[in-house]
Amino acid sequence: MTNASTSTAAPIATDGFVLHDEDRAAIAHEREHYPRPQAASIEALKIVQKRHGWVPDAAIDAIARELGVAPASVEEVATFYSLIFRQPVGRHVILLCDSSSCFLTDYEALRDAFFAHLGIGFGQTTPDDRFTLLPVCCLGACDRGPALMIGEDTYGPVTPEEIPTLLEAYA
Amino acid sequence: MSRILQDRDERRPETHPLTFRLNDDGTPVMLDAYREQQGYASVERAFRDLTSKTLIDELKTANLRGRGGGGFSAGLKWSLTMQGEGIPRGYIVCNADEMEPGTFKDRLLLEQQPHLLIEGMILAGFANNAYQGYIFMRGEYVDAARTVQRALDEARAAGWLGRDVAGSGWDFDIVLHTGAGRYICGEETALINSLEGKRANPRAKPPFPGQSGAWGKPTVVNNVETLCNVPAIVLHGAEWYQGLSQGKSGDGGTKLYGVSGKVKRPGLWELPMGTTASELMERAGGMRDGLTLKTWLPGGGSTGFLLPEHLELAMDFDTIGKAGSRLGTGLMAVIADNQSVVSLARNLEEFFSRESCGWCTPCRDGLPWSVKLLQALEAGEGVRGDIELLESLAVDLGPGRTFCAHAPGAAMPLATAIHHFRDEFERGVTRGQGAAHADPIPVGSV
Repeated sequence: MTNASTSTAAPIATDGFVLHDEDRAAIAHEREHYPRPQAASIEALKIVQKRHGWVPDAAIDAIARELGVAPASVEEVATFYSLIFRQPVGRHVILLCDSSSCFLTDYEALRDAFFAHLGIGFGQTTPDDRFTLLPVCCLGACDRGPALMIGEDTYGPVTPEEIPTLLEAYA
Repeated sequence: MSRILQDRDERRPETHPLTFRLNDDGTPVMLDAYREQQGYASVERAFRDLTSKTLIDELKTANLRGRGGGGFSAGLKWSLTMQGEGIPRGYIVCNADEMEPGTFKDRLLLEQQPHLLIEGMILAGFANNAYQGYIFMRGEYVDAARTVQRALDEARAAGWLGRDVAGSGWDFDIVLHTGAGRYICGEETALINSLEGKRANPRAKPPFPGQSGAWGKPTVVNNVETLCNVPAIVLHGAEWYQGLSQGKSGDGGTKLYGVSGKVKRPGLWELPMGTTASELMERAGGMRDGLTLKTWLPGGGSTGFLLPEHLELAMDFDTIGKAGSRLGTGLMAVIADNQSVVSLARNLEEFFSRESCGWCTPCRDGLPWSVKLLQALEAGEGVRGDIELLESLAVDLGPGRTFCAHAPGAAMPLATAIHHFRDEFERGVTRGQGAAHADPIPVGSV
């Protein structure tokens, strides 16, 4: 975080979006890992998303300027990768594994129970902005299927009956 | 979070090179404990006794085959890396983007034994004249990323990475790069594009990554488990490694095998390459009570269905290949008699359809089409001719007809499901030829 405190440049503002000093420093740090700045664009998107929960359009321009690359090259990766969110999400994102081993251990019953419990489908957010529900590629937790992630935590096997208790920890 | 289901006393250095150091409680083996158990000894040996050429020759003789599912000889791959006068030093990229449906082995190595991977990458860097390594890890492996980063810091502080590695006068460092989703990143040229901060569309080959890969430099991409096999080969030699498979297979070494699905004890085991599927089923405790085995996938969603009669086959690349499937990652998934093959095929094709990068037409358009047909069959609304159409799609999505191996990976389970379980598909055909499908049938639920 040293760069942030010593930086004399004015914060880059685009459309009212200002990259946080800590994020600028983190992006600068990532940039050093690669021979070309474009390579840091995915990390930069993740850094911004970690702070804001999602990546608004104006952040794309800010990241592009920060890295010195075309906005289109940041935009094209932002729209390609499934874990970069281009619209607001809830405070906690639930990633439900829908791949074959979880499918074979009754994923569909778990999915339907989530739909019923949260009152939303995939790609939607609860009205209180608490949870967003998304399907995800095989989580590599097939010995514990059906598996899921809430935020950075992985769980499995999870039964429909366990959903209310499981979600309690996520306010 | 993954656990090896073998006790410490079964896992010995001379027979279990991948897992003998693992703690029974699943906590990671960090530098001090790793060093006490032969850790980084292979790097010392390589610097002392080997050249790039002799190391690669040893690897070729050991016949280590790619554990990411391709089964290509790692030694041969390394021997094709451009190096020499006037050629820039390049990259070692570890493919830690584990997303193959049913595969949970690299997670174990990343979460519990990060130094083994780092050691393997140092050897790869030495053999391929690379100056920089990248570990491309899927973004969802949060705990693994923390552990690997800690291990990289430890290794650098101890002089195993950075300037003048272990006093050899040779520089090599490793950066952890985490992804942001998308299965296609596991395709090695798509992975390189993603590493460069681009969309993960595969690249045309040639040039192969070994000639011109990341940022136009010679690049070697290897799977986690493949790289983790290298230290023991360098330390103990190709002959010893060949012996690990105990004559069960022409391939050398051990394999991290696993079983998932409705078995009593799903999990992972390190066993000789060529161990039979029936031994894996036995270790998994067999099917859950009241269930019998109908069919199984030997190594991921992109492998072909096999039958109970194939359980006695050796789980190696050539044997499973001859049976009409692929070993893939070697982690089998079992399907019980009361589970529908049509539904599972629909689930698999939905996966491949969603994960297509969209670059080439057969994949982008053919996969959603197959999902639509499978949904109709599953709902009992299939039209006469649908099965034949699926079969022709499986041909048109097959090897050589698409830009990369993604669609062929989707075609294999589809073709073999129909081949072995045609009656199940036929039960879904209820309408005469020429009838329209209920349209539109949404593809997936997203």
